[in-house]
Amino acid sequence: MIKIENLHASIEGTEILRGINLEIKAGEVHAIMGPNGSGKSTLASVLAGRDEYEVTEGSVNFLGEDLLELEPEDRARAGVFLAFQYPVEIPGVSNINFLKTAINEIREKRGQDPLSAKDFLQQVKEKSALVELDGKLKNRSVNEGFSGGEKKRNEIFQMAMLEPKFSILDETDSGLDIDALRVVADGVNKLKTKDNATLVITHYQRLLDYIVPDFVHVLYKGRIVKTGDKNLALELEEKGYDWIKDDAGVTA
Amino acid sequence: MSETLAIKNKDHFLAHFRNLDFSFDVDFSKTKREEAEKWVKKLDFPTSKTEYWKYTRVNKLIKGDYRMDFPEGEIDIDLSVPSKNCIVLVNGYFSKELSWFSAEKGVNFSSLSDAKENSSIIQKKFATLSKDQDEIFAAVNTAYHQDGAFLHLEKNAVASEPLYIIHISDSESALSNPRNLIIMEEGSEAKVVLKTISTQKGTSFTNMLTEVFVDRNANLEINKVQEEGEQDYQIACEQVEQKKDSHFKINTFTLNGALVRNNLNIDLLGEHTETWLNGLYLLQGKQHVDNHTHVFHREPNCVSHELYKGIMDDQSTGVFNGKVFVHREAQKTNAYQSNANMVLTDDATINSKPELEIYADDVQCSHGSTTGQLDEEALFYLRSRGMSEKSARAVLLNAFAADVVEHIGVESVKEEIEAFIDSHYQGIK
Repeated sequence: MIKIENLHASIEGTEILRGINLEIKAGEVHAIMGPNGSGKSTLASVLAGRDEYEVTEGSVNFLGEDLLELEPEDRARAGVFLAFQYPVEIPGVSNINFLKTAINEIREKRGQDPLSAKDFLQQVKEKSALVELDGKLKNRSVNEGFSGGEKKRNEIFQMAMLEPKFSILDETDSGLDIDALRVVADGVNKLKTKDNATLVITHYQRLLDYIVPDFVHVLYKGRIVKTGDKNLALELEEKGYDWIKDDAGVTA
Repeated sequence: MSETLAIKNKDHFLAHFRNLDFSFDVDFSKTKREEAEKWVKKLDFPTSKTEYWKYTRVNKLIKGDYRMDFPEGEIDIDLSVPSKNCIVLVNGYFSKELSWFSAEKGVNFSSLSDAKENSSIIQKKFATLSKDQDEIFAAVNTAYHQDGAFLHLEKNAVASEPLYIIHISDSESALSNPRNLIIMEEGSEAKVVLKTISTQKGTSFTNMLTEVFVDRNANLEINKVQEEGEQDYQIACEQVEQKKDSHFKINTFTLNGALVRNNLNIDLLGEHTETWLNGLYLLQGKQHVDNHTHVFHREPNCVSHELYKGIMDDQSTGVFNGKVFVHREAQKTNAYQSNANMVLTDDATINSKPELEIYADDVQCSHGSTTGQLDEEALFYLRSRGMSEKSARAVLLNAFAADVVEHIGVESVKEEIEAFIDSHYQGIK
């Protein structure tokens, strides 16, 4: 589904990603772990199209398209979704109306008719139930006054509404208590099909108890230095990142 | 500017009025014209040294060559006004053909010239609020006004529909001095839409003055929509007086114009009044819009809320100066004032000066001014959900303007402003 090759990216002249290679196929869940500052969130931002980052080398092929050439909205329309680490509060913009506009713009680009008000509301009802999002929150301004957990649930609710092919969850678990974490993870698991793929970015192994990855990659200093299955995450949990750093130091 | 040049410019401007003939006018009005003309001669046009006009240069307004004739021929315009009452003024004159009325009990709505002939209340009120002795543009209007709208609500009368006053600048270089008078008697209620538009592409100058009397327990809302052409100049002044227990709201929307200056002065003369002043200015190109507001709290227990917001694009300039004056006797005053601006380019400018002058010791007053840019993070968030950059910008700018727009009590005006913002910032729809 997505193939990242030798991806280099920098911000304000500092190179953060230094040659990422990663291929994710439909139906797979990949996790990227790594210490702070290793480039995890940068990878998420570059894939979603945040323009502060400059891609200096490499390529990203998404379903046969050069992803890096697309504007953020076109990436979303092609099926990429980013669940933000820090969802933005947007006062005055209704959560529901914004989503309706976004969905209908996506449908228009795909040559589909706009969703009827009835169908849209039906979907809102079903999909907010998936993450136990309070009915009141849907009608409020985007993320305004939401708690940390509510913001993350709202991200997964939007993901459910937009039905992406490839989702990136950027530290969706950070700041969540265990109950909220369970709800969010349950939502993600229910959305999983054989046709979509998920990239889970996290600092903590805890999330991976609930969203079980097929592959775990360790990112360090802008490169993937180790790949394994879910047991790698447990090993990291137990031993910390230092041994990875030592390993990487040896091989670098 | 040298003194001789200033005199030359003033002479040039006043020459436009030299051949006007007001002999048809009624006596009390003629007397007011003569008094005002004395002030016109005495006063100077403001310069950069005039504090009240510090950020707005009027040189190009007074140096222009204008005409003041009644427009010939038909005006091709679809006003689509959803009301049974609409007064249309063209280049300062009343247009009987374009206006329409339907009688309603206690609601007297006519041209100012008709009212001067037929109404008795007008004699007591006309030109008693306008500050002709201080402001040369006010004096010019009183001395040389052509016509205008007159609205008088009798005691406890309620206007069932919004009353429209539309001024059309129809000739290139038209110089118009429309003059309106609104008298709300005790317990009366009305909503007014005051609109200025333009059907020509040249540079016209509209100097409008509206006097407003809101008597005890009366309730008035004015929605002022400024939508002249991008070359046009406008100075608009509302001089308002509120009595005990009255409510007054004015929403000012500046959507176009090369140079627009609004002088809004509200005098609170009785206890327990409520006042709302809201404004939204959406500027582009080299537009210059200046909002000056004064609220004078003279009696105890009055509330005033002020909210002005602006979006400055391209090389436009916005000016906001809001002054709330709380007199020594005006205890328990509640006065809130806020001015928020969004500057979209490096070349756009805003000069914002909220002022409080308080002489009472038991009051609640606050003021604030903010200036920022479009939130890039919010823009990216919306785009990452599939919204185009254009719609995302429109959504964010709409949201910024929303709390001003929601004050509009006339649904059709509200829809019009919302649609304007949508298409203005999206370029489609």
